[in-house]
Amino acid sequence: MSGYSDPGFDTLSLHAGAAPDPTTGARAVPIHLSTSFVFESSDHAASLFNLERAGHVYSRISNPTNAVLEQRVSALEGGVGALSTASGQAALHLAIATLMDAGSHIVASSALYGGSHNLLHYTLSRFGISTTFVPPGDVDAWRAAVQPNTKLFFGETVGNPGLDVLDIPTISQLAHDHGVPLMVDATLTPPWLLKPLDHGADLVMHSATKFLGGHGTVIGGVLVDGGAFDWSASPKFANLSEAYDGFHDMVFSDEATVGAFLLRARREGLRDFGACMSPHSAWLILQGIETLGLRMARHMQNTEAVVAFLAAHPMVERVGHPMLESHSSHALAKQLLPRGAGSVFSFDIKGSRAQGQAFVEALRVFSHLANVGDCRSLVIQPASTTHFRMDAAALKQAGITPGTVRLSIGLEDADDLIDDLKRALRVAEKVQG
Amino acid sequence: MNVTINDANTFIYTGGKPWVEGQPTVVMIHGVLNDHSVWILQSRFLAHHGYNVLALDLPGHGKSTGTPPATVQAAAQHVWDLLDTLNIREAALVGHSFGALIALQAASDQPSRCTHLAMVGVAYPMRVSPVLLEASLNDPEKGIKMVNTFSLSTLAPPPSGLGPGTWLYGVGLALMRRVLRSNSQHNVFNIGFHACNDYADGEAAMTAVSAGQTKVLFLLGEHDQMTPPKGLKPLTALAPTAKTVIVGAGHQLMLEAPEEALRALADFLDAR
Repeated sequence: MSGYSDPGFDTLSLHAGAAPDPTTGARAVPIHLSTSFVFESSDHAASLFNLERAGHVYSRISNPTNAVLEQRVSALEGGVGALSTASGQAALHLAIATLMDAGSHIVASSALYGGSHNLLHYTLSRFGISTTFVPPGDVDAWRAAVQPNTKLFFGETVGNPGLDVLDIPTISQLAHDHGVPLMVDATLTPPWLLKPLDHGADLVMHSATKFLGGHGTVIGGVLVDGGAFDWSASPKFANLSEAYDGFHDMVFSDEATVGAFLLRARREGLRDFGACMSPHSAWLILQGIETLGLRMARHMQNTEAVVAFLAAHPMVERVGHPMLESHSSHALAKQLLPRGAGSVFSFDIKGSRAQGQAFVEALRVFSHLANVGDCRSLVIQPASTTHFRMDAAALKQAGITPGTVRLSIGLEDADDLIDDLKRALRVAEKVQG
Repeated sequence: MNVTINDANTFIYTGGKPWVEGQPTVVMIHGVLNDHSVWILQSRFLAHHGYNVLALDLPGHGKSTGTPPATVQAAAQHVWDLLDTLNIREAALVGHSFGALIALQAASDQPSRCTHLAMVGVAYPMRVSPVLLEASLNDPEKGIKMVNTFSLSTLAPPPSGLGPGTWLYGVGLALMRRVLRSNSQHNVFNIGFHACNDYADGEAAMTAVSAGQTKVLFLLGEHDQMTPPKGLKPLTALAPTAKTVIVGAGHQLMLEAPEEALRALADFLDAR
């Protein structure tokens, strides 16, 4: 591929990390369903284990198909490298487990996916890692929540489900002022919409299950290292800046000036925690990424049409999409997300919980299920599903009411989506509150 | 390892191994706006295959303090200051790009102390375009992006320095930005480029090296747009016994073709 310079998004979506197979000539990325890779000699084996050479040993740690996916997502996000994981939750856990020990602290947005909230609030506290949740738009709250043991700021690029846009430039600067990195969950805003690393974020994670895969066929996660955060500048990150006896006394920040996090996350995290991605899953996600730009343009086109329809409908109390001037993140979204703030959003139906349920059950094109970012349009009620573990106060803080409905707008014809919504709203209207 | 030289700290990556008395020494010298980590794989391999490795950050770069060398000659002097401080009589010198010119000059300054000279990704004269010189001074981010694009030749490199999943375009940008930021007093980008551009002692240095016992390797990238292989003819003509290896990679061939680069260096240094 000699001769490329500054390749664009769609070119990278198709080519980053993959060349024709040198042995077979296969143009598409092969699926390397092999647990292990043959050593040339005992010395070659020892060199690979000792990071003297770069290559594949065992597919829990790396695999040629996964490596293509990792390079490709890194290229699209503008990072130094990435790790593919079993799920988005595995990516989040891998990042935290790489940076932290018992006694560490996280400052996180309160507007998170329910599973992430659960991990931070309940599960990690069992292991001595605590989290303070703050409203994502309240900069003073982020600042006030910092403790001496804080090692990470974490938020979603657009909060779930209210789509509060995270002010990445401001929050990342605040994090850096306190010597900690900002990690963002960019699942709802794939890099065609937003490249968080360009705005100051240090780590980016995706549930690749959603828009990256795009077809509702596969579970996976990706964790991207931006390479800009200097782990050795602060004593907080001894895991990366001091000798680690779990890996030959390696000082990761000496070894790799801009890749210390990536090295430890792979060499310890994937090795020991083991939440790796199947090569077959990696291939499915790569198939999705090849058309990411085309799909996202259509997702956004359909979303604009659906939002406009709902915003004008008398049965709709509120539509929570930043493209509307009424949304609190409208101005920030125009700044950070000029192509749109994603195709997953919520709205509130006027009337009772029963009317909301009737609406969801009356939909025919939209599928009632627990996922987003599919090529098909999806619907769910957060209060009874994704956020069901949150109490009323936490739900209110996250902007969720019993009548809130979340939509994930797919790639169908916009007119059919609007007809489906129109018909379901008529059904809901007839239900007695 | 940190060594005090001329009242400043020089950071040295030793390849993850402590010093072993009696082993040969190899000094690895990075190029403009880079640091020791560009040798991440080769340095670690050599350290575990019979060599004491000194992959340094040049003064004023990365984790080294002090004044960044404004000339190739000054940088070469720093290499010998380092070896003198560590009481090392002789060493193999390996350099990339600007570092290759430094290694050449250092070898010619004290040829009897240089067992091997490996010049990686290098041309001579190493003229830097006026556009790049200007960008390095007044718009470093633009210059960094230009250098990064010119330094790599493929969108699909093999597993590299940070392991599988490494995106070398991102690594290049992040490393150059980090090294530039590491020195708030001096623009090491512009200083380094001027040192390359102004160096005019290459023929004399190669003549001096060739007159001695130093073994010479030219390790070049077939697709190198920064220092194309044909740009080294003035030096190769003066080194009739030198070995030339050309690998299918761009300027950052240690990262883009790590196995081929390692094989060439290991064979040349007889590392086992």
